[in-house]
Amino acid sequence: MNSFSQALDFIGRNGQIPGEPQLPTLVHLTLETIKIAWIGVGIALVIALPIGLWLGHIHRGSFVAINVGNIWRALPSLAVLAIGVAFLGLGLRNVELALIVLAVPPVITNAYVAIDGVDRDVVDAARGMGFNGWQILRKVELPLGVPLIFAGIRTAALFVVSTTTIAALTGYSGSLGDIINNEASYHLSGVLGAAMCIAALALLTDLLLALIQRVLTPRGVSLEKHPARTEAIGPPLAENV
Amino acid sequence: MAQTEGPSAYPQAPPSAGSQAATLELRDVTKVYPDQEQPALSHLNLKVDAGQVCVLVGPSGSGKTTAMRLINRMIPLSGGDILIGGRSVLKRDPVELRRETGYVIQQIGLFPHLNVNENIATVPRLLGWDRSRIAARVRELLELIGLQEIGKRYPAQLSGGQRQRVGVARALAGDPPLLLMDEPFGAIDPINRNRLQDEFMRLQHRLRKTVVFVTHDIDEGIKLGDRIAILRERGTLAQYDTPAEILTEPADEFVAQFVGTDRALKRLGLETLAGVKLVELNGIDVGDRRVPITTTVRDALSQVLAAGGAALAVVDGEETVGAVTLELFGGLLRDGTLNGTQSEERAAR
Amino acid sequence: MIVFANGPVIPNFGGGGSTFACERANRLFCPNWVSQNWSSVLWPALRQHIVLTVIAVVIGFAISTALALLAYRRGWVERPVVIVTSILYTIPSLALFELLVGVPGLGLSRTTAEVALVSYTLLIMFRNTLTGLREVPAEVRDAAAGMGMGSMRTLLRVDLPLALPAIIAGVRIATVTVISLATVAALIDDEGLGAPILQAISNEVFKTELIVAGGMAIALALLADGLLVLLQRALTPWARVHQ
Repeated sequence: MNSFSQALDFIGRNGQIPGEPQLPTLVHLTLETIKIAWIGVGIALVIALPIGLWLGHIHRGSFVAINVGNIWRALPSLAVLAIGVAFLGLGLRNVELALIVLAVPPVITNAYVAIDGVDRDVVDAARGMGFNGWQILRKVELPLGVPLIFAGIRTAALFVVSTTTIAALTGYSGSLGDIINNEASYHLSGVLGAAMCIAALALLTDLLLALIQRVLTPRGVSLEKHPARTEAIGPPLAENV
Repeated sequence: MAQTEGPSAYPQAPPSAGSQAATLELRDVTKVYPDQEQPALSHLNLKVDAGQVCVLVGPSGSGKTTAMRLINRMIPLSGGDILIGGRSVLKRDPVELRRETGYVIQQIGLFPHLNVNENIATVPRLLGWDRSRIAARVRELLELIGLQEIGKRYPAQLSGGQRQRVGVARALAGDPPLLLMDEPFGAIDPINRNRLQDEFMRLQHRLRKTVVFVTHDIDEGIKLGDRIAILRERGTLAQYDTPAEILTEPADEFVAQFVGTDRALKRLGLETLAGVKLVELNGIDVGDRRVPITTTVRDALSQVLAAGGAALAVVDGEETVGAVTLELFGGLLRDGTLNGTQSEERAAR
Repeated sequence: MIVFANGPVIPNFGGGGSTFACERANRLFCPNWVSQNWSSVLWPALRQHIVLTVIAVVIGFAISTALALLAYRRGWVERPVVIVTSILYTIPSLALFELLVGVPGLGLSRTTAEVALVSYTLLIMFRNTLTGLREVPAEVRDAAAGMGMGSMRTLLRVDLPLALPAIIAGVRIATVTVISLATVAALIDDEGLGAPILQAISNEVFKTELIVAGGMAIALALLADGLLVLLQRALTPWARVHQ
């Protein structure tokens, strides 16, 4: 356990290495990681949520929506990132591009399944009572779809945080992955310390999103005895038999 | 104003203030589904008076649900027209039309994410009523269905019967002139179904809405309907009459089969002892066998048979007003007291 | 942290004879290079990758099935298992690999990589297996009991077969996930298709190697996914087809 206590020391000193003041600190790299990740997730949400929600609402495009998720799962993020670098070169823009490409599919798939899967009788009743299409989406389908939609967002966020750190392996510096990539300077204690920070960052991100999900989930939905697939963490993509 | 033909045990209450009802007319209505050769409905003509319950019955595939869903334009019309209160539905915006039409489906479709109060308040909110009016209306309806305390509960916390009643209340919230109900009690167990049917009749006596009620159960139709439309397969009308007329004079073999071979007994179920000339009590041995005057003739017959053919005394409150004997029933059938004409006269008074 | 045993033969850029023109120009795909290095670099990497994956999925399947059966009988087991496996699943692969390296007894080795990969499969397969078992209709189990089937026989003859679609779906997802993650494993255990990928970006970006190795990883994952779908259809002809 010696290396782990050294790792904790490392964290305690904010990742400063005596004798090498020019190396970025832990806090700095953590903030950078967060920034990159959230830009990626944010843009991905802006692109993917409307598409997924809309397709689910009109009950079309299931083949694309579902399979885009299946294919996505097969993509090794290291390979995608590396290929992106090969084509486009290094740089924040290109990393973000890769992150967005990786974050969009789970959001689309889950948003689609969430909305498409709302109990048809409830939607029929709403329509029969005089809701127009937009109102049905806003007042009925969305509230009922919150759990699955968030499952997709959480998956995407996790994936992005994870891949951001891997970006260091492809030569992009500016995330916690740098430390891991640079054992020569930071030593094993640094690498372990960085690993612990990455793990903590991922867990906290998921926790935060889980809290937001809980706040946004209507009470009546959490009371349902047979909930639609609302998984906590984990591979919440439309897990169909 | 038409009366229901059901047991006239319910007090003749005037319609509640502000309750409105419209006439409904289906004129030469035809519906062809794109992927089918044969039409689902073919030149259907039907008129429902304001405040009446029109029951659509038929075997599956007879188009009864289709007919109902055409009325509020949930599916498009292929031919003909539908007029509510004299106005064609085709000339109205479908969304607005539906806000003014009550709609209850078999699975109800309560919004799981809203509590009972909010569910009931849905259409008033869509119509833009102000808060206090909505709150008052919700209270009124909860009282009407006898579920005052459950306003804050969520559908997941309700029993099946409770959900059904909330569904009906929700459909009535906007005070629609027309109510559409598609097998609303179909998914309920028989005991609770009975209760719900009785409650529906109680509500209808009070509110006198125009109702289109779809069911596959002819007995339910006879119990609840003012007039019954029997549809054959492919949506042609076999007969459209009062329950009494259908039971005593079915239009053809199909209808006769459909209502069942026990239709004479069913016919007896439409009348209570109040509408029958009872036997004088002097000297007849009735033991301690009593039946209230509100008993249906059919149930009275059943009890006489159960007593081995012995006579029963008929009581109205505390007072004994007469007796029923086995011979009485034979006489009823012979002199035509139960062929419908006499009871209609009585009802019209 | 990047240790390479036998790296690929990358000709010097800017030197060498005409046969290396493609590589020197660093074009996206040099067929020459591929055929030259197939048996020394690419094929071993692919083989290692498959081995890594199969070991991880098999062990993960054993553990998660055992846990799922336990949770099926004793409901309270579910919560702690889900919490632990969820945490493991949430930790980014890079971090988990490195953390395990720090554990005494593990180090830079295949075992360490396998431990991490197995951890990622647990949540998926546990959840799918448990859900599959639970979704066996109550009336079917009731009928089995009514016919005199004991609980072990019911489990083997009724519950598990009916849960099979969900179980295989879990295996499918886990397999594909592992194939993707195993590329990062090259960081601590110079094996698998991640090795050539990392080597290709170690100094300058050697595009051909990158594209080929990356493409192979993707192809492997899609192939595995497809095969398992076929397996699922073959084993459970009665299962409904979703979508």
